Amino acid sequence: MSQPSLDVRVELPYHLRTLARVGQEVTVRVDGPATIGAVIDAVEQRYPVLQGTIRDHGTLKRRPFLRYFACQEDLSHEPADFVLPEPVAKGTEPFLVIGSIAGG
Amino acid sequence: MSGVRVLVGTKKGAFVLTSDGARKNWKVSGPHFAGWEIYHLKGSPADPNRLYASQTSGWFGQVMQRSNDGGATWEAVGNKFAYDGETGTHQWYDGTPHPWEFKRVWHVEPSLGDPDTVYAGVEDAALFKSTDGGQNWQELKGLRTHGSGSQWAPGAGGMGLHTILLDPTNPQRMYIAISSAGAFRTDDNGATWKPINRGLKSQYIPNPEAEVGHCVHRIAMHPSRPNILFMQKHWDVLRTDDSGEQWREISGNLPTDFGFVIDVHAHEPETIYVVPIKSDSEHFPLDGQLRVYRSRSGGEEWEPLTKGLPQQDCYVNVLRDAMAVDTLDSCGVYFGTTGGHVFVSPDGGDTWSAIVSTLPPVLSVEVQSLP
Repeated sequence: MSQPSLDVRVELPYHLRTLARVGQEVTVRVDGPATIGAVIDAVEQRYPVLQGTIRDHGTLKRRPFLRYFACQEDLSHEPADFVLPEPVAKGTEPFLVIGSIAGG
Repeated sequence: MSGVRVLVGTKKGAFVLTSDGARKNWKVSGPHFAGWEIYHLKGSPADPNRLYASQTSGWFGQVMQRSNDGGATWEAVGNKFAYDGETGTHQWYDGTPHPWEFKRVWHVEPSLGDPDTVYAGVEDAALFKSTDGGQNWQELKGLRTHGSGSQWAPGAGGMGLHTILLDPTNPQRMYIAISSAGAFRTDDNGATWKPINRGLKSQYIPNPEAEVGHCVHRIAMHPSRPNILFMQKHWDVLRTDDSGEQWREISGNLPTDFGFVIDVHAHEPETIYVVPIKSDSEHFPLDGQLRVYRSRSGGEEWEPLTKGLPQQDCYVNVLRDAMAVDTLDSCGVYFGTTGGHVFVSPDGGDTWSAIVSTLPPVLSVEVQSLP
């Protein structure tokens, strides 16, 4: 039996919002489990200009100065097939892509 | 009346400066891509409204932008720069082998005849080409896989391919330069490459006259004489009269021959410009005086150009891609500084004024002469 599609809310950092010409938060549809990889796949599919900006084109690894947060947890080091917390899958909490603090 | 459009890449965005042929009153547009590093932007010689820009960020990586209206509006195009085939290794700072890793685009060079064809020089050093307006990029891997590639090493600023010169008389020939590998030439449209560093002497490498390993900062060419090239190396200013087969030093009476930029007057192929920088340890002008030096004899004899430039307490740098010339009847010369100035001389260097002086650090300056 196929899994239902999920509408996942994703918050993007300022520079990616301006690049994609969207507001602070976007909603993407994910088919199947709302894993980190599936959510980023959906973001990149809907906003192709973001390909290569959140994760590397070739390796699909998260770019070093970005972090993934959800439900007050740092999920940055979880694997791509990590299933996001239920409130994210249900759309009550956003998945956060955050630019790390650096520089001065 | 003719006019000019100056394209300025900075640490915090791009700016477009426009003026009529008098080049006295300027309109400043920007910042475009505010907050991003714009390493370089340049217009197509075949269609002045077609511009390409390299937009980079330590957080978000590489984005390429294209404009079809002279910089009024922009659209992101392809940003996938994948090395073709086995990546291989180059030398790391400690001498160990290090895999090639794409970091950013340093320089974009639109083709002379087709607005949709554009080259990109990248770090780690490689040359890419797009024939569809920047949507897709293919590596010309003959350069990176040249037999010497494993010996190339980054300079302090990275191992970037920063200079791309297209021969207007021979579509099969182009020149490129890499810090710090040296200069290379292709005679078969990028399929194979030859190091052209004979005559360069660099005391900071084990063999000062090695085939590769020289920190070439910039090469310039006058389009009417594509076999003659001028080079600002880490130290030394040089020229070749035979397409790079042999170089000779022309530093002459320069107060210091360290520097980054070099360019050629639009109508006088033997008139060249450099901005001497004190040393590789102190990247600012001698004595706090910002001086362009001009040679009207193809090198050796140089004169300081100071009128309108800061002559005290000036401790800026002028980076390798931050000088350009226009092609108006009275050749305009432009350069930008790490202090946020963009200076213009509408009379070939005799007098200067600041178009702007409070931009973010300037990484690149290009100019388009408009009808």
